[in-house]
Amino acid sequence: MSRARPEPVQVVKQRRDGALRRLVSGVPYIQYLGIQFDRRGDELTAVLPFDDKLIGNPALPALHGGVTAAFLEVAAIIELSWSTLWLEMEEGRLDPASIAATAPLLPKTIDFTVDYLRSGLPRDAYARARVNRSGRRYASVHVEAWQDNRSRLFAQATGHFLMPPAPGEPAE
Amino acid sequence: MTEITALARQFIEAIPHAKALGMRLESLGEGRVVMSMPWDARFVGDPATGVLHGGAVSALMDTASGAAVMCHPAAPVSTATLDLRIDYFRPAAPGQAITARAECYHVTRTVAFVRVTAVDEDETRPVAAATGAFTLDRPRGVQA
Repeated sequence: MSRARPEPVQVVKQRRDGALRRLVSGVPYIQYLGIQFDRRGDELTAVLPFDDKLIGNPALPALHGGVTAAFLEVAAIIELSWSTLWLEMEEGRLDPASIAATAPLLPKTIDFTVDYLRSGLPRDAYARARVNRSGRRYASVHVEAWQDNRSRLFAQATGHFLMPPAPGEPAE
Repeated sequence: MTEITALARQFIEAIPHAKALGMRLESLGEGRVVMSMPWDARFVGDPATGVLHGGAVSALMDTASGAAVMCHPAAPVSTATLDLRIDYFRPAAPGQAITARAECYHVTRTVAFVRVTAVDEDETRPVAAATGAFTLDRPRGVQA
């Protein structure tokens, strides 16, 4: 009885990176803000490179509160979709070709509460989200954002989301 | 009051991100502001339907809220968002501008409380609403 040979690492990486790209690249607003995703295994870090157009208070200067809210919301939605997609992909239930062909449906935000802890500096920002509860219909996600120092958050948020219907399930 | 509104207008029109999103100040009164943002393909969240991303609507509501604080009779010199809770009611109609009406309904010596509603062309069914707390930096030497 021999174990099946594991797939070559490049094949695995290509599949995972491709799925992530498909998730992110189709959303114009994510591209407009310039948000990127850094992947280590299944862990995602959202990255917002600083740009002058993201400034809300030119006197300080500081990031716009709306930019911070949007960045956190994008990080939460992508993490939530990614965690679902990851499971289906790794358990072989999802054909990689189908991921490439059609953009997955994204969860819809029900509510989002942002806690502004300090002003966002004119520097790159990072965010990581944690899915606290993910049911068939509803999910609750917490997300934290920082700049220079991981332990000094500049904002955090909690949101509730309506999950997209599972494949084969009728839309609401 | 005209001095305050002039200052508030100046404050709002100097925000780079508000300019980048094409936000316009429609009207402004004591602790009240109406701002609009045109539909733009770059701010879409769902390319299949052309619906604006919630984050863009949030940015408009946050800006309108901060502006409402700035034109409150307390005449703050500056403000920043402390917290903002956004409720999304329905997708905004593709191609339509979003209008946000913000009201700074209470202030303390240091904090301003704001509520804001966002609509598209169908003003009877709001797209989103938010409530927030903002810092209130009063001019030096002025006590409540």
